[in-house]
Amino acid sequence: MVKHPSLKYMREEVLPTAFCPGCYNGIIMNALFHAFQELGIEDLRRFVFVSGIGCSSWIPSPYIKADSLHTLHGRAIAVASGVKTFNPDLEVIVIGGDGDLLAIGGNHLLHAARRNMDLIVILVNNQVYAMTRGQMAPTTPYGFKTPTTPYGNPEEPFDSVKLLLATNANYVARWCVSNYIQLKNSFIDALSKIRRGFRFIEVYAPCITYVVRREGKSAGEKLMELRRKCIPYKKYMELQEDERRDYIPVGVYRCEDKPGYIDRYREYVGKAMER
Amino acid sequence: MERILVSGNEAIVYGAIDAGCNFYAGYPITPSSEIMHLMASLLPRHNGVFIQAEDELAAINMVVGASWAGARAMTATSGPGFSLMQEGLGYAVMTETPLVLVNVMRAGPATGQATKPGQGDVMQARWGRHGDQYIPVIAPLNPQEAYDYTVWGFNVAEELRTPVVVAIDEFIGHGREVVFRKRGVERVYRRKPSGREPSFGSDDPRIAPPMPILGEGYYVLVTGSTHNEYGYRDVHSFETHYKLVTRLKEKIWGNMDKLFKYRVYGEPGSASKAIVCYGSTCRSALEAWSKVKEDTLLVRLVTLWPIDYVLLRKLLASVEKVVVPELNLGQVIYDVMACVDTSVEVVGLNKIGGGIPIYPSEVIKALKG
Repeated sequence: MVKHPSLKYMREEVLPTAFCPGCYNGIIMNALFHAFQELGIEDLRRFVFVSGIGCSSWIPSPYIKADSLHTLHGRAIAVASGVKTFNPDLEVIVIGGDGDLLAIGGNHLLHAARRNMDLIVILVNNQVYAMTRGQMAPTTPYGFKTPTTPYGNPEEPFDSVKLLLATNANYVARWCVSNYIQLKNSFIDALSKIRRGFRFIEVYAPCITYVVRREGKSAGEKLMELRRKCIPYKKYMELQEDERRDYIPVGVYRCEDKPGYIDRYREYVGKAMER
Repeated sequence: MERILVSGNEAIVYGAIDAGCNFYAGYPITPSSEIMHLMASLLPRHNGVFIQAEDELAAINMVVGASWAGARAMTATSGPGFSLMQEGLGYAVMTETPLVLVNVMRAGPATGQATKPGQGDVMQARWGRHGDQYIPVIAPLNPQEAYDYTVWGFNVAEELRTPVVVAIDEFIGHGREVVFRKRGVERVYRRKPSGREPSFGSDDPRIAPPMPILGEGYYVLVTGSTHNEYGYRDVHSFETHYKLVTRLKEKIWGNMDKLFKYRVYGEPGSASKAIVCYGSTCRSALEAWSKVKEDTLLVRLVTLWPIDYVLLRKLLASVEKVVVPELNLGQVIYDVMACVDTSVEVVGLNKIGGGIPIYPSEVIKALKG
């Protein structure tokens, strides 16, 4: 029997996954494995996955067959920074949700990006705290009803890409789960084209249970809607302010190859040894 | 052997370097900052990594990550930072991550008096995390012990796969004394698993399971959630949780003979009065005891956690009065109360804030009064 090519990157014994039927996490996983496959990566023994608490944090732990650290809520980037700075030979990938990385772990995200820490960070934006039943998150749209905003969210959401563009991060991109090929290509960029510095990829993947179903849509219907709504950010910028509300800008916003933290630290050690 | 004149804070750094420390992440805070300064200067020159974290939450978590990557890692902080690190410490307990945390105690609560000594973090060091968890806590009383017990802390952390808290206070941290720095300090290293040996379970709970290093092909699953001996999450069953958490307790309490360090001055079994002390306060207490001696016992707790209550009860069996000097409003006094009969008079001698020590004359007065 021919095995699915992605299975070699997975812990088969823990399948099926615990994700809700229709959850878009599977698309993200598949795009990542597809990128590994295209790059000819046979096993993930030099990879370390670090995640926090939340639905997307379960992608690597326990499903990906690699060393993985399932850490405290919000602290994945801090733990990952410790791993990477001590052993720069490891490829360290953080997968986390919007609540995990933008709210409780927001400070770590900002400072790791400021340091241009050599990490790949995949932010799965599902727009709510899904694991705790869909409360308002820092990415929940204005006016959206959740258990903690029963009269419609009074707060404005974060635009994580704008936030990251204000830092020294080498690579900043946003894709939607409906942009499968582009998402996979961004993973390839982060794994092979830009091999250092902070590589940030936001994946827009609305929670099937607490967002999509609340809108009365099915997973497939929502994907079709997202295909229409997600437009290249340059096109988005040409739109009038009031038209933008209906669209989500996607694309690779920044792709640079500046020295990352590890390069800078090596330089710093050189200075220390001269003294 | 090298003689150096250093503060307690600096002694800790030399102890750490001699014990093989090669990773430090921290956040500046008075009165522990000298530890960070000296680490920043030494580690890059000693093949180590130094990183200034954005906050204490990041610092402790970076230390956890580095430890799993194979580092002998530590951090240092003080009161408010120690509060922030509790979360990470709990994670380190659950994931059995070796690390050393130095807490230079200052007068709290909250920001309190940042430059003044205190001993108010004893209970926090023991019980600061949620859930059932146990961490060895050691309290040196001078720079030499700060050096020695930092080395000890690294070795215990590696052997038992546990965080270790070294608790000094501002008096010791900033006080300068001669320290003998040793050559070729004994270093205990964690054991790596062979084959598919489980890294989160052992037949004898007193022995820590082997610990893989990231990137060596073990495909380890590390999680702060309840997990079985192979690291797979099990957040439902009673058996897995009970087995894991009781093993983690037994790993500390079952190694009492290794972890519980104390000193006794005087004659246990016949003395009718006793002083029970720890940390910097012992310096005054010892001075007081040397003047009184007769019919008086001094028990110094070097280890603040775990406490061998049975042993302490035996040591205090003959006494009718115990004085417990502390730079807080009474924390270890409850351990003493638990170890003596209700007829025994237990007197707390407490001072807080202002950087004022407990004087030997006050200890003598309390013994006589």
